[in-house]
Amino acid sequence: MPVPDGPARLSAEGLRFAYGDRVALDGVSFSIRAGEVFGFLGPNGAGKSTLFSILAGLLPASSGELFLDGRPLDPSSRTLRARMGVVFQEPSLDAKLTATENLRLGAALFRVPREEARRRTAELLAAAGLSDRARDPVGKLSGGMRRRLEIARALVHRPEVLLLDEPTTGLDALSFRRTWEALRELRGTGGATVVLTTHRPDEAAHCDRLAILSRGRVVAVETPESLLSRVAGDVVVVEASGAEGLAAEIAERFGVAARASGDAVSIERERGHELVPRLVEAFPDGRFRSVSVRRPSLADAFLHVAGEDLAAETRP
Amino acid sequence: MIGPYDRATIGVLWWRDLVRFFRQPSRLVGALAQPVLFWGIIGSGMAATFRLPGSSEGYLRYFFPGVVLMVVLFAAIFTTLSVIEDRHAGFLQAVLAGPASRGAVVLGKVLCSSSVALSQAALFLVLAPAAGFPLLSVNWPLLLAALALVAVGLAALGFAVAWVVDNVQGYHAIQMTLLIPLWIVSGAMFPASPEHPVLGAVMRANPIAYAVSATRRALGGPEAPGAMAGSTGRDLLVLAAFAATTLALAVLAARRRGAPR
Repeated sequence: MPVPDGPARLSAEGLRFAYGDRVALDGVSFSIRAGEVFGFLGPNGAGKSTLFSILAGLLPASSGELFLDGRPLDPSSRTLRARMGVVFQEPSLDAKLTATENLRLGAALFRVPREEARRRTAELLAAAGLSDRARDPVGKLSGGMRRRLEIARALVHRPEVLLLDEPTTGLDALSFRRTWEALRELRGTGGATVVLTTHRPDEAAHCDRLAILSRGRVVAVETPESLLSRVAGDVVVVEASGAEGLAAEIAERFGVAARASGDAVSIERERGHELVPRLVEAFPDGRFRSVSVRRPSLADAFLHVAGEDLAAETRP
Repeated sequence: MIGPYDRATIGVLWWRDLVRFFRQPSRLVGALAQPVLFWGIIGSGMAATFRLPGSSEGYLRYFFPGVVLMVVLFAAIFTTLSVIEDRHAGFLQAVLAGPASRGAVVLGKVLCSSSVALSQAALFLVLAPAAGFPLLSVNWPLLLAALALVAVGLAALGFAVAWVVDNVQGYHAIQMTLLIPLWIVSGAMFPASPEHPVLGAVMRANPIAYAVSATRRALGGPEAPGAMAGSTGRDLLVLAAFAATTLALAVLAARRRGAPR
């Protein structure tokens, strides 16, 4: 899909943050264009939450600068915040209030005029498929409904930038799809620039561009397609115990790059299916639990680019 | 100073907590039943032995203004508790990421907490005639001023403690250890005795004592038994200073930006 060209809407230069001695962000820079869906992809501990808190204005960076349309955006310039909408990973709706009341409260925080707020509330509830639940307390809605309502609330003041932290965490497949349909629709109508953090490859695949965040640094900014093309051919995955030793053994005997993660060894290789019988014959029966070949995913691309496993938990 | 977004946020927070309060009947019942029981049980138990020096006032009448203050105190403690959970995962997080200043968040929370406290006090004050204070003889403006100021002061103190301590158990431990003794030695349960000068000094340094004193005067007239020596104006001035100090503390606390959890 085409990436919209144009000036930077949200950008940063050299963002740093440390918790005592532990560096969480080590000079993060990026430039997000108006109208694109931009994702920060990284495992837990890569600095996503810290970056999100800084972008949301909840935490000041130790150094570095953040810009909205070229203007500095620091925690004291609150009015610029009115041009952003924020969706947190944790629920931030009021469960005791109804869906409508939550949206109206959100509108009031951003001084949306009453009539406009009424109209926007009805529109957004309809778009989220929640019109018939408008008068229900939020506590009675399902997880997927609440997530869509969170997004609706963040959009009620028509922000230019929508910021989301792990937007589909904990959602089932259907809710995941519906949430992403809603986000894609936003982009289609020329609405907000969408910025999100995620550790999920399937979520990252929906972005126009991805920043690969690893140990507090952005190591690459590319489209998902371009990232995938970095992984050659297929990925052969061998499930077995003692993966570390096995990876070294495979690498030595076959002259290929083999990476261990958890209980699996993965090998990136052109014509991966040809490797499978050789592998199976080279090792005794029962050494492998399973051997499979698949097309590379963004998780493989992440491993390739960042040299670490997206599913792993790292403490920078 | 306070900008348009700040005013909007103050209004939203205020409205939201009032709606939540009145939508939970259990909270309303608890808010009324607890002080009534407290007043009835302790008041009756003490009535037989308690004699106010130089007065024929019965204990139920003496204790009533003290219980009014207890209502305000407990309401302030319990409503500001929500700051802790709301801050990290909840409504307040969205507000903090919005366009209003931290000061506005403090004011919104404190005003709403005070409103809940005053509403609960108003419900309890319906019983004033039963304690021997006819509703028509009450100095309502003085009562409102005194209770509003002490409610704001206690709510702001609660906000500051909640923000700094940042966990529910710690918050309760600090608030209960600090505020319950302050309430007990405020003249709410017994007057300062000339034989215990230390207690008298603690009372004079205790903002709640001035609130109890002003409440006694509002209910029982300027010379109400048990009121501290001094004028109503002095009582209100002390309470205003208390509210201003704790508000400043709360704003200072809220401006500290903690790390995300």
